[in-house]
Amino acid sequence: MKGMVPYTLAIFFGLFLASVNVCPVTAQETAPKPGSTKSAQPATEIRLGYLRAYAPQLALSVLDVPPRDEGVAGANVAIADNNTTGKFMGQQFTLDVTEVKPGSDVAQTFRDMVAKGDRYVLTDISAEQLLSIADIARENGVLIFNVGATDDILREEECRANVFHTAPTRSMLADGLAQYLIWKQWPRWVLIHGSHEGDRHFADALRRAATRFGGQILAEKEFKDTGTARRTDSGVVQIQRQLPVFMQDLPDHDVVLVADESEVFGTYVPFRSWIPRPVAGTAGLMPSAWHPASEQWGGTQIQNRFAKANGRRMLSKDMAAWTAVRIIGDAATRTQGADVKKIEAFIRADDFSIAAFKGQKLTFRRWNWQLRQPIFLGDSKSVVSTSPQEGFLHQVSELDTLGVDQPETKCVLN
Amino acid sequence: MRRLPFLAAAMAAGLIASPASAYMVYVSNEKDNTVTVVDTATMEVVKTIDVGQRPRGITISHDGKFIYLCASDDDTIEVIDTATAQIVSTLPSGPDPELFVLSPDGKTLYVANEDDNLVTVIDIESKGVITEIPVGVEPEGMGISPDGKTMVNTSETTNMAHFIDTETHEITHNVLVDSRPRFVEFTPNGAEAWVSAEIGGTVSVIDNATREIKQKITFEIPGLRSETIQPVGVRITADGKKAYVALGPANHVAVINTETYEVEKYVLVGQRVWQLAFTPDQKTIISTNGVSNDITFIDVATDEPVQSVTVGQLPWGVVVSPN
Repeated sequence: MKGMVPYTLAIFFGLFLASVNVCPVTAQETAPKPGSTKSAQPATEIRLGYLRAYAPQLALSVLDVPPRDEGVAGANVAIADNNTTGKFMGQQFTLDVTEVKPGSDVAQTFRDMVAKGDRYVLTDISAEQLLSIADIARENGVLIFNVGATDDILREEECRANVFHTAPTRSMLADGLAQYLIWKQWPRWVLIHGSHEGDRHFADALRRAATRFGGQILAEKEFKDTGTARRTDSGVVQIQRQLPVFMQDLPDHDVVLVADESEVFGTYVPFRSWIPRPVAGTAGLMPSAWHPASEQWGGTQIQNRFAKANGRRMLSKDMAAWTAVRIIGDAATRTQGADVKKIEAFIRADDFSIAAFKGQKLTFRRWNWQLRQPIFLGDSKSVVSTSPQEGFLHQVSELDTLGVDQPETKCVLN
Repeated sequence: MRRLPFLAAAMAAGLIASPASAYMVYVSNEKDNTVTVVDTATMEVVKTIDVGQRPRGITISHDGKFIYLCASDDDTIEVIDTATAQIVSTLPSGPDPELFVLSPDGKTLYVANEDDNLVTVIDIESKGVITEIPVGVEPEGMGISPDGKTMVNTSETTNMAHFIDTETHEITHNVLVDSRPRFVEFTPNGAEAWVSAEIGGTVSVIDNATREIKQKITFEIPGLRSETIQPVGVRITADGKKAYVALGPANHVAVINTETYEVEKYVLVGQRVWQLAFTPDQKTIISTNGVSNDITFIDVATDEPVQSVTVGQLPWGVVVSPN
């Protein structure tokens, strides 16, 4: 057996969003009538912040261009869900969305959010930006929920006690894919990775997954980003000729693994390879935290609710943000108040769990505050499988067969 | 979809002809859009009825003449004449009906509309909507007290049991329970409402007088991880002594002593067991096992599985004719 896996962040963003979305949504909800004993008093406001680095991004396929409100739309649906429940509890949730440029200095922006009263902040920013605000957050008693960054380092060497992660890591995604390929008995892989940082990190996660589950990476190639235009009218002709040539010297294999978070070549690999082989990773069969076509485990309900509110399908980052807002909402419901300390203690408790349409309760890894979660494996149309796969056992939780496990973690929380 | 035996109704006419002691079991098959009819005497399939898309919640009129069926993807409730096995009319359910409960007088259906955070109240005779009651996020489980005065709805993302006065149609109490509450069943004396929580893995027993949780029942099956134990359907015997809880992907039905709240037995049935129904004589309880495409007959006296019968694809709900 061998195992290996690819995956990408960019994937994350979904491959198929069809329509362009409008702006963040307002959640329409029918307002439950009070009538309950608890809803008489004026509502307590619970403010959430959402800090995101955003700039329009290109993609190899126009279908993969991230929606303008990716992530934020999921948070808004969860805010509406929290407020439906909040009507019974006397709680009103609000979301304060702040956008910055990718790579910019976010420290002052974050301080401004804290000054406005945001005590829970969802972040969709780079690892570097996140680390620049983690200590400011701690000094101010602010909890951060990372909904965008898949970097393992944020859960390992650079983990922080006040940062919760609802987005999965690259290693969780890679492991989810590797388990499936091993289950399929397709253990011989070749790896093509991009030349940017994210591509290399995902390639690392795939190599680790190969070692972990018994996959073999027979050969690797780097696809250099030479800065060419991503879309040209005659491009298709060239791609059809160039890709097979690029892949022609690879040894025979079962599966081509692609690590191209940067959208430089990955989308072009399926059906253009030198020999006919399935593709997986950031193209072909892709691991993700959510799939826009998942209808299992009550998924139809959140999918309908999301589509109705946003006019597009729900993507992985939307789900990570929905889950983060629901974690805060559920803690506020169950502690019956807005006391930050009580809410935090509730989330950190041993028996905390959250339901997120993934067939089982999700819990936090208490050694680094990463949310355990199944990984979806799908193509652009449907869910193919979900990992962990049958037979991958674990003494604590089968979900801990995905990603870096406690005995090997480098995280030291303090 | 709960139905206690109404033996008095046993004289109702018009049922499919069958031996006196035999009842008909109606199983909604979510995936293949059918209802399977099984004879309890022979434990064999006697008929398959083509119905609307994605049939889930199923119940039967007290006289046994009509089946009510949630055709979720058709946004309607279908009425099936049990004598002819034909769909004879529909009821206006609101979008995506999943589960419902029939009032004890048989006149009113209370329907959970998952997509709209509403409970729809339908007058069966006039086929009209009486009112819509806003509840929490993703309403699902529906139960009604034996006196018909209190209806309880559970909302799966809000995680509450909403107690609703059936006179005023107002929520009077919201009781917070564990994650993804799926089903509500009152004890026959009306003193308690049992609420299952699928992801929470528990059953909360709510005192109907105080509207507070008086007991939380947990489950443990050797060799199974706690996250696979996902309670869904709940049924309580007419004498009020035993409760049966379907445990989803744990593939077992728990048998609970309602006096001590102790689980006395786990009965192995089929894969992903969701809903349950008693035969009117209370001798048998039947489970729907979604992933194994079958139903299991369990002997209530011994709590042993007697036989499994293959039905359609993804069996979801089950109801037994009252006569």
